[in-house]
Amino acid sequence: MGTATEKVAARTGGGRLAALTGWIDERFPMTKLWKEQVSEYYAPKNMNFWYFFGSLALFVLVIQFVTGIFLTMNYKPSAADAFGSVEYIMRDVEWGWLIRYMHSTGASAFFVVVYLHMFRALLYGSYQKPRELLWIIGMLIYFALMAEAFFGYLLPWGNMSYWGAQVIVSLFGAIPVVGDSLTEWIRGDFYISDVTLNRFFALHVVAIPLVLVFLVVAHLMALHEVGSNNPDGVEIKKVKGPDGLPLDGIPFHPYYTVKDLIGVGVFLILFSLVIFFAPTMGGYFLEHANFDPANPLQTPPHIAPVWYFTPFYAILRAVPSKGLGAALMGLAVVLFVFLPWLDRGKVKSIRYRGPLFKFFLYSFAISFLVLGWLGLQPPTPLFTNLARFFTVVYFAFFLLMPWYTSIDKTKPVPTRVTYHAH
Amino acid sequence: MRTKLLALAAVLAPVAAFAAGGEAKLDHANVDVTNRASLQRGAANFVNYCLGCHSAKFVRYNRMAADLGLSEEQLIANLMYTGERPHDTMRIGMVADDAKRWFGVLPPDLSLVARSRGADYLYTFLRSFYVDPSKPTGVNNIVLPGTAMPHVLWELQGVQEAVWEGHPDAQGNVQKHFKEFKLLEPGRMTPEEFDGFVRDTVNFLEYAAEPAQLQRKALGFPVIAFLVFFTLLAWALKKEYWKDVK
Repeated sequence: MGTATEKVAARTGGGRLAALTGWIDERFPMTKLWKEQVSEYYAPKNMNFWYFFGSLALFVLVIQFVTGIFLTMNYKPSAADAFGSVEYIMRDVEWGWLIRYMHSTGASAFFVVVYLHMFRALLYGSYQKPRELLWIIGMLIYFALMAEAFFGYLLPWGNMSYWGAQVIVSLFGAIPVVGDSLTEWIRGDFYISDVTLNRFFALHVVAIPLVLVFLVVAHLMALHEVGSNNPDGVEIKKVKGPDGLPLDGIPFHPYYTVKDLIGVGVFLILFSLVIFFAPTMGGYFLEHANFDPANPLQTPPHIAPVWYFTPFYAILRAVPSKGLGAALMGLAVVLFVFLPWLDRGKVKSIRYRGPLFKFFLYSFAISFLVLGWLGLQPPTPLFTNLARFFTVVYFAFFLLMPWYTSIDKTKPVPTRVTYHAH
Repeated sequence: MRTKLLALAAVLAPVAAFAAGGEAKLDHANVDVTNRASLQRGAANFVNYCLGCHSAKFVRYNRMAADLGLSEEQLIANLMYTGERPHDTMRIGMVADDAKRWFGVLPPDLSLVARSRGADYLYTFLRSFYVDPSKPTGVNNIVLPGTAMPHVLWELQGVQEAVWEGHPDAQGNVQKHFKEFKLLEPGRMTPEEFDGFVRDTVNFLEYAAEPAQLQRKALGFPVIAFLVFFTLLAWALKKEYWKDVK
């Protein structure tokens, strides 16, 4: 007979490694987890270009963690030293400039990847039943990411850091009754100060990263429970072979691990182009005014948040009343959460949707990009009116969705995924 | 790839120009941080003409010497005058309270000025002082009207006045617009020599704002060459693995 360890050793042809694996497996579900989550997780074989961005988001998260740890070793979170310590990292720390640029570019890259990942979900109906919770957890990750980016942006203690934080924190002042005391509570002071910098540092390096890791694990668990969607929006679990495995599924490892390597490679090429040749991206990733230290007495000539917040910033500025503007801005972010219930469509994928959905989705994508651009520009009467128009287009996508998805002429959905081997 | 970057720069140019903040049209500085001779001249200009009032508190002398191809002896003999040591940064002796009393404002630290204002702004600013007897310093500046900075380089550039042109508006008020400069009294340098002097100085400031840019740009090409190789390998691997997916 013999113990389980010996059985495993016998089955795998013996060897010390197999013995060690067996020893661990008796005490921790290592092999079980690997099989369930990776080597025997069946993913649809027809996942296309749009499916790179999930693994890339995880990859950028790792970049941010690793570079963030090294930055923390040299950064000083105090109003007196913060700006100087960042320059110290840029000039005196070995490879400090590379670590800093990876982190600052990583922040923008994170949003690029996450916006494309979210757009994929809109294209192929990945938020629809049975993936509502997967979608909501994903949205929570996005909210945590926004908080992480906002807190992190104050840390270099440049003048745009300072005034950007000032503007965004003051938005909470628009909340009736408690607004003023709430902003004071967030800042921990009557203005953005050393106290604020310290607490934002704590939130940026400990609290939010912890929340992010927890949510990412939950996102993956939910994904592996319901299974990945695909460009046809067909559930591969419905068509199984005699072995009980989905006919249109292939094991995540090795098929998608090697495929995602290509995504990582292309991503790193683009990422490196920015880091090595345009780390400030002409003022979009690192703003010019942020190379002046924080100065509470002097506002930069033009305050704008970093590009990834500007669609919402444009909506805020488009509304004459600050309170209503802030409320609409909040709504513009939160409405995504309700998509699974706003969408009354009978099909998932854009491939089988009708013309109405396509019209509203593409209008929405255009309005998001135009609002993002407008949010970077100084407000002129023409730009404000443009922003108002595109704010209406933005909200129409969500608020009219129950109507246009229920009357849309959809095409018949195949029972199997479409895949052409190449 | 260079054309792509240029295209990108063209798209981003309006934003950059706006961020510079000035109303005046800026001239192109055409600086080149790979031009070591220009950087060395610029460093000498900077320590001789700027470093009396403006610090560059993040710029370390010996790092600068190494990047500019100077030995420690050359550094000490040519660029250091007041008893600092080579591992010190470029600080100044002027006391902040004195500076405020003399100029009304504290002359800003120039470590990062090329990144916050841009090379074109600095190049145009330093060449745009003109006689204005109404100012305590006797000069004013087109790029930064009302600046507290005196025309430190007047001996080199000479003295120039601003020529204005007027456009009466609907109410008959004449709006003055800057047209051009007229040299009243030549300096030690010809205008071309002076432009070169300012260009070298701005080039040095461009370097000082990000000393790592020399390594950064040099490292970029091998890194990207490796990544292209890696991606091709990953693509071949994927093709091999996916052969059996029908």
